[in-house]
Amino acid sequence: MSLEVFLQQRLGAFELDIAFTTKGQVTALFGPSGAGKSSVVAAIAGLSKPRQGRIVVGERVVFEAGKTFISPEQRRIAVVFQDARLFPHMDVEANLRFGWRRAARKADAGTIEHVIALLGLEKILKRRPRGLSGGEKSRVALGRALLASPDMLLLDEPLAALDQARREEILPYLEKLARETKLPLLYVSHQVDEVARLADEIVVLENGRVKAQGPVFEMLTDVNAVTGVPPLGAVFDALVSEHQSDGLSRLSFDGGALFVPRLAQAAGAKLRVRLRAEDIMLALSEPSGISANNVLGCTVRDIRSFGDHADVQLLCGSTRLVSRITEASRVRLKLEIGMKLYGVVKAVTVAREAA
Amino acid sequence: MGDLLSPAEADALWLSLRVSSVAILAALPFAFLTALLLSRRRFWGAGLVETAVHLPLVLPPVAVGYLLLVVFGGRGVLGAWLYAALGIRFVFSWTGAALASALITFPLQVRAIRLALETSDAGLSEAARTLGARPLDRLLNITLPLALPGLVSGAITAFAASLGEFGAIITFVSNIPGETQTLPLAIYAALQAPGGEVAAARLCTLSILLAIFFVGLGDLAAKRIWR
Repeated sequence: MSLEVFLQQRLGAFELDIAFTTKGQVTALFGPSGAGKSSVVAAIAGLSKPRQGRIVVGERVVFEAGKTFISPEQRRIAVVFQDARLFPHMDVEANLRFGWRRAARKADAGTIEHVIALLGLEKILKRRPRGLSGGEKSRVALGRALLASPDMLLLDEPLAALDQARREEILPYLEKLARETKLPLLYVSHQVDEVARLADEIVVLENGRVKAQGPVFEMLTDVNAVTGVPPLGAVFDALVSEHQSDGLSRLSFDGGALFVPRLAQAAGAKLRVRLRAEDIMLALSEPSGISANNVLGCTVRDIRSFGDHADVQLLCGSTRLVSRITEASRVRLKLEIGMKLYGVVKAVTVAREAA
Repeated sequence: MGDLLSPAEADALWLSLRVSSVAILAALPFAFLTALLLSRRRFWGAGLVETAVHLPLVLPPVAVGYLLLVVFGGRGVLGAWLYAALGIRFVFSWTGAALASALITFPLQVRAIRLALETSDAGLSEAARTLGARPLDRLLNITLPLALPGLVSGAITAFAASLGEFGAIITFVSNIPGETQTLPLAIYAALQAPGGEVAAARLCTLSILLAIFFVGLGDLAAKRIWR
């Protein structure tokens, strides 16, 4: 399913002029606050009517200036708002069933049970929103949107109102959701770590315009940060190739293999792997006698120094990695573009099953 | 009650409660629609509607009574037609007292409901839209329930205020014991009669107790619903 957005809208002194097309299942709309992210969400959901533009979800033209305007209630695009917006006069179950009861194509009763279980809402079904924690509210809002059987789900900074602990509580649910349903998601965020965990593609907004767009593995390893996305580290897909007898699982990817503590997934499963820039050390010669399980042969592709740190973009096969080292180390190692060296990986995060 | 109030005074009490109940309940749907109109739509003439709605609050009640007499009196524009076509007569009748009370307390109801509608989150209505709820659906299942605390407390406060209405009633439907003589009119009548001070004081105390009770109830309703 694809999403095609073209918008021109004047909002006070602010001019929104956006155009992007994405085919990824999870697309992140990334940018600082005030970049116009929420305005784009409002336009896609049908809650605002841009002066000029065209919005196509899959094959369906939901908006075309002067020609088509499908009302929000008929658009089948559900929104999870930052402030959850649960109906205070209904209990959790009635909130969950609100969109479901009004959906043209109703999900069957089994789906309701499934969503309740997926989001862990069994114990709070009879409670009123007022008594729920922030994390619980987010989960209910997510369930309510899912059960409306939308063609697409818009998540407008659903975690922004939560503290770090609560965000860590919700993120696994979002990952599960992205993995289990094939529902296209537009995930609005200014938190790069959330984007790295969830998104396939990133659209970067700045001052009402699209600054850059690309697959997540390119955007997050761009050490020059021309896109405005901080180079967080590598994100790529890997294959579970073997569960070894020494308790490690072997993950093959284009450029080598990673060994991680035994995974639950069967051999042959494709996984999204993240390597944080802070978790890759550099060595000029192949290190021996170290505790790290993963040493990857790499080539330096790009270097950027800023203050007392330096981000080094590495090429391992065709996979891009980023290592964040101190400026002092960069000088001592005399790093140059094209140099061959070794990346020592301290930690591997297996994020989710690849699409 | 028999020991405390004379039959005539008890009549005045029950009549007051009946007149005010009918006045408030009959005006409620209109008050809700007016409040909805004023809170949601910025239309041409909104200011005029707003002024008209608030007029009874600032006009002398006697003037309101007189205007009612002009419009709904036996020879009034609407009054004559209503009587001829439907047999409905407001003058010298308790229904006329209810009409006068409804008109006087209408602004109170509209204000309370409008406040409730405006403080209720428009975002919730937006959320309902994206979940497939059409306008009437949203009005019945989101807007109305959310405005309910304001609606109930506004109605109860207006009811309490209606119990005290005097000028418009006496001008429009006169002071007829058992028909249009509500509590305030009974107090007035008692004061006009020689040696009526004791009766007036009793009725006055009763009015104070009623007022305290219903204002308290209105507060409670605003706080307790949906909490």
